[in-house]
Amino acid sequence: MNRHGFWGEVVKHKTLLLMLTPAVLFFLLFAYIPMTGIVLAFKQFNYAGGVFGSPWNGLDNFRFFFDSGDAWRVTRNTALYNIAFIIVNNVLQIAAAILLFEVAGKWFRKITQTALFLPYFISWVVVGAIAYNLFNYDVGTINVFLRAVGMEPIDIYNTAAYWPLILVIISAWKAIGYGTIMYLAAITSIDTEMYEAAEIDGANVFQRIFKITIPNLYPTLIILILLAIGNIFRGDFGMFYNMVGNNGILFSTTDVIDTYVFRSLITSNEIGMSAAAGFYQSVLGFATIMLANWAVRKYDKDRALF
Amino acid sequence: MRTTGINTSNVTMTTRKRQSDRQLLAVIGYIFLMILAVFCIFPFLLILSSSLTEESKIIEDGFQLIPTAFSLEAYRILFEFPDQMMKAYGVTIAVTVLGTLLGLFMTAMTSYVLARKDFKWRNHFSFFFFFTTLFSGGLVPWYLLIVNYLDLKDTLLVLILPMLFNVFYIIVMKSFMSSIPEAITESAKIDGAGDFRIFLQLIIPLSKPALATIGLFIALGYWNDWYNALLFISNDNLMPLQYYLYKMLGNMDGIRRAMLGSGAVVTTSIPTESLKMAMTIVATGPILIAYPFIQRYFVQGLTIGAVKG
Repeated sequence: MNRHGFWGEVVKHKTLLLMLTPAVLFFLLFAYIPMTGIVLAFKQFNYAGGVFGSPWNGLDNFRFFFDSGDAWRVTRNTALYNIAFIIVNNVLQIAAAILLFEVAGKWFRKITQTALFLPYFISWVVVGAIAYNLFNYDVGTINVFLRAVGMEPIDIYNTAAYWPLILVIISAWKAIGYGTIMYLAAITSIDTEMYEAAEIDGANVFQRIFKITIPNLYPTLIILILLAIGNIFRGDFGMFYNMVGNNGILFSTTDVIDTYVFRSLITSNEIGMSAAAGFYQSVLGFATIMLANWAVRKYDKDRALF
Repeated sequence: MRTTGINTSNVTMTTRKRQSDRQLLAVIGYIFLMILAVFCIFPFLLILSSSLTEESKIIEDGFQLIPTAFSLEAYRILFEFPDQMMKAYGVTIAVTVLGTLLGLFMTAMTSYVLARKDFKWRNHFSFFFFFTTLFSGGLVPWYLLIVNYLDLKDTLLVLILPMLFNVFYIIVMKSFMSSIPEAITESAKIDGAGDFRIFLQLIIPLSKPALATIGLFIALGYWNDWYNALLFISNDNLMPLQYYLYKMLGNMDGIRRAMLGSGAVVTTSIPTESLKMAMTIVATGPILIAYPFIQRYFVQGLTIGAVKG
């Protein structure tokens, strides 16, 4: 771009550039400047020296993170939870969307959709209160039920093994409305001529679902799944933190990278290691999202992120 | 049901078969959807019922779906010492209103520039924003920036500023504004209107549906935010509602003291369990009440998002 063209564009669109300034400053300040802070992962942080004045310590922070076994545990948990969420959530959401479309009368559809979407609107703190109501050992609803039918109560907040199932259910509960509406929108946009043709050919309603509706959802499904895979190393901090908090007994099955980074920073104040874990997550996340985008691009160029 | 004029027994048989398949699907569908719907609503009823149950009964029998002994004691106490709660409400309302107005205006302004096809660098800037969703410096540098360098700890601003922009909202808004015919702005330009005036007087009124949807998403984000408070707020006067609830669920004793003030009354008589549940209801109330009316805007937003990928 030559000088004249550059300044020509600046002068021509000075108002537009001015209108863009707040956003540019915002992302510079809150996203790009912090990126330079990744040097902290290679430093022994002290408050006197700050981000750039603290002494370097090579790969010590990473060594500590990996040698303790924490890195493997939190990476495994993050990835496995996200895989479980992707599978369970998509299956439930597609089933709900198809059934809403196929069977429900107008009023039933409206009411069901309203009910399913409700959990999306509440904060993770409120979900934490609900979990407390359900899982508390002494007064929790689940144990009330178990005692009523003559069974032993279970100590959910002290038993790590229950939590993978619990968290998968809670994730499904919170996300079902959102996903169902997305898939319902995709189903509604399917050409109705296809259904009419199938009906003339004598297809029953199950054949119609499996031969027309579901195959027509593949493009949406594949894109959503690939994008979700791109985020497979990002844990939902709000969910994990409000369900589990700083309850160390449950960490073996519930600690994800995001909760680990948070705890290292806020609770144990190990800033260098926290930065190292965060840097590790950012790099891993960047690599997977690039890979996922490459896959989307191969599949359907127009749906790729970039 | 579509039937042809040729009345062979074969056709009626498939028709009948098809009808029974349809009925089978309807049975499966209604049962499945009803279970899901109950599953989604049930926890809210549990919380409501628990908040209305007498404390001694909760200690004795646990939380129940239907109150075994009805009591408004928890709500009475909540509103007898409302100072902390009202403060938290005030903070949340202030943050939500300011954040939504400012955030929505900024999002719209940014999106409009990116939607202008004659603006040569729009794709470069789009990528500049978008890249931040792909890679980040992580929590630590961001946290240190806000606490050590910007010195925003324990300010109202720290509850608003970090959530002012969201790349996804910019993308959705941009794609909506791209669909506004250029002819509309062309004629205004010929009349000598500047870019900012075109945005303010033409684009904003035409973008009302998108503004309503994105505005509600932003407002919900602010209302439900507790994360920024968890990281940056230690002053009790600046606790937003959700964070106040979080603290209350975790540390009833602290809250009890805060509620009753230093000249503590008889603290032992406070119904801890039902109070937690009543507080949850009070913190969620406005959303539950507004929900039926605003729901369709969210559905609209998801549908725009889904189509544009």
